[in-house]
Amino acid sequence: MNAASSMNWPAVRAIYRFEMGRFWRTAGQSILAPVISTTLYFVVFGAAIGSRVTAVDGVPYGLFIVPGLIMLSLLTQSISNASFGIYFPRFAGTIYEILSAPISPLEVVLGFVGAAASKSILIGLIILATSALFVPLRIDHPLWMIGFLLLTAVTFSLFGFVIGLWADGFEKLQLVPLLVVTPLTFLGGSFYAIGMLPPFWHAVSLLNPVVYLISGFRWAFFGKADVNIAISLGMTALFLVICLGLVTYIFRTGYRLKS
Amino acid sequence: MPIISISQLSKTYKSGFTALRDINLAIEPGEIFALLGPNGAGKSTLINIVCGIVTPSSGTVLVDGHDIAGDYRAARRTIGLVPQELTTDAFETVLNTVSFSRGLFGLRPDPGHIERILRALSLWDKRDSRLMTLSGGMKRRVLIAKALSHEPRVLFLDEPTAGVDVELRQDMWRLVRELRQQGVTVILTTHYIEEAEEMADRIGVIRRGEIILVEEKAALMRKLGRKQLTLHLQQPIASVPPDLGDYELALAGDGRELVYTYDTRAERTGITGLLTGLAAAGIRFNDLHTEQSSLEDIFVGLVREEGAQA
Repeated sequence: MNAASSMNWPAVRAIYRFEMGRFWRTAGQSILAPVISTTLYFVVFGAAIGSRVTAVDGVPYGLFIVPGLIMLSLLTQSISNASFGIYFPRFAGTIYEILSAPISPLEVVLGFVGAAASKSILIGLIILATSALFVPLRIDHPLWMIGFLLLTAVTFSLFGFVIGLWADGFEKLQLVPLLVVTPLTFLGGSFYAIGMLPPFWHAVSLLNPVVYLISGFRWAFFGKADVNIAISLGMTALFLVICLGLVTYIFRTGYRLKS
Repeated sequence: MPIISISQLSKTYKSGFTALRDINLAIEPGEIFALLGPNGAGKSTLINIVCGIVTPSSGTVLVDGHDIAGDYRAARRTIGLVPQELTTDAFETVLNTVSFSRGLFGLRPDPGHIERILRALSLWDKRDSRLMTLSGGMKRRVLIAKALSHEPRVLFLDEPTAGVDVELRQDMWRLVRELRQQGVTVILTTHYIEEAEEMADRIGVIRRGEIILVEEKAALMRKLGRKQLTLHLQQPIASVPPDLGDYELALAGDGRELVYTYDTRAERTGITGLLTGLAAAGIRFNDLHTEQSSLEDIFVGLVREEGAQA
């Protein structure tokens, strides 16, 4: 291979397969957990509460929460998979192997983030399939749905990768997902349309970046959104660029990687 | 051309601690180079810089002519590293983790090569075992297998036998010799002088971030070949008798000790002649002993001497 001009694809594949191996080793748990949690959400929100809630924007409530449920798992899984994926080698000391191998930062990111995004997309699809057992699915714009799924998984896996590099303990690894991402997701319209909120809280909700992800994703399903689809796409892309910038900075400076 | 060429290399950490000062070192292809030094001397920092794990503050390092910064892919592809710490992926199997290492270096899977390495390191039977189930010695073997998985031309062994049993140590020495026969350059850091004596072609001593000695082991061993015979005289003498002028003699202990320095490797040590000459000169002694400085003595002496100057 000629210096930095060509990619070290075997290394990307090695990291990707190694990371995916972790997922398949615990496949039962990885697959069963989202199936059970989705079932519980449908029992609680779909059957128990949903039966008393009228349709939202003409979409039955059980069906309405499907994009939000998928997005909820997609965000948390992307972050936790990617952050753990890069933090664990740092914690165990095996990061020396990555740092001393002929790999560029881009290849490292492709391997780790690619695997984290793949895992969360798989889980998203499992949730989608589980949902089909409870409600008749409707996807008006399937290509947009896949596009949003990919973009969100990659963006939040990058975000998770940054958290995994920043964290210097398991507590910090959990800090951002628990205290920031989960509340933002729940308040981002996973289970309701933000148009249902009073004007003040509606305005506040527009400051929540997750609103744009869920709104765009929901539009792909039902053709209806809280905010314009172009704005949703733009905000998601902006977050992707911010995460890419952070990762580039980290590798350029060696922050938390090299002394 | 040296396989590794280090010029004016320095490293000062953010804390202000200077780990390396103006290191200049050339490692020749195919040699076994032992880097000796006390804890904190800078051995691991030096290795980690060459391998790309630590960023140097200044200076250049070329590996097989490739700059470790500008042409890092070619430089790193040449190198295999066995770290000092037993860092392993606890939940992975031996086979997976070694195959992973080969992939990282951009090589296609080669099950035959991996099998040969695992067999050479007595790991083949453990190939499906998870690393967390292995003993410390076996984990050390796994780290060596990982380092060899991409067929490196330079192998760094950072304290390879620290805390390992005698059997593994001898296995490792055997492996290093085999690698050298295959043309692999081996650079090892160690606390153990006997390891350097056993393995190395050349020995470097590092102290407080500076290389204070680099010498062929053979030259050092010639120094080791010098031995001293000390005779405790019954009566002190003022000077060495002229008849014994051919012998390398010195007076010590206020004339009560006569010290004879000789080469144990010489055809004749001259001891018999000396004793006959002493008897003829009427010089009697009531005790004697011999001393030989080891590599360890030289090493400790060097380190102390430099320490006193610091």
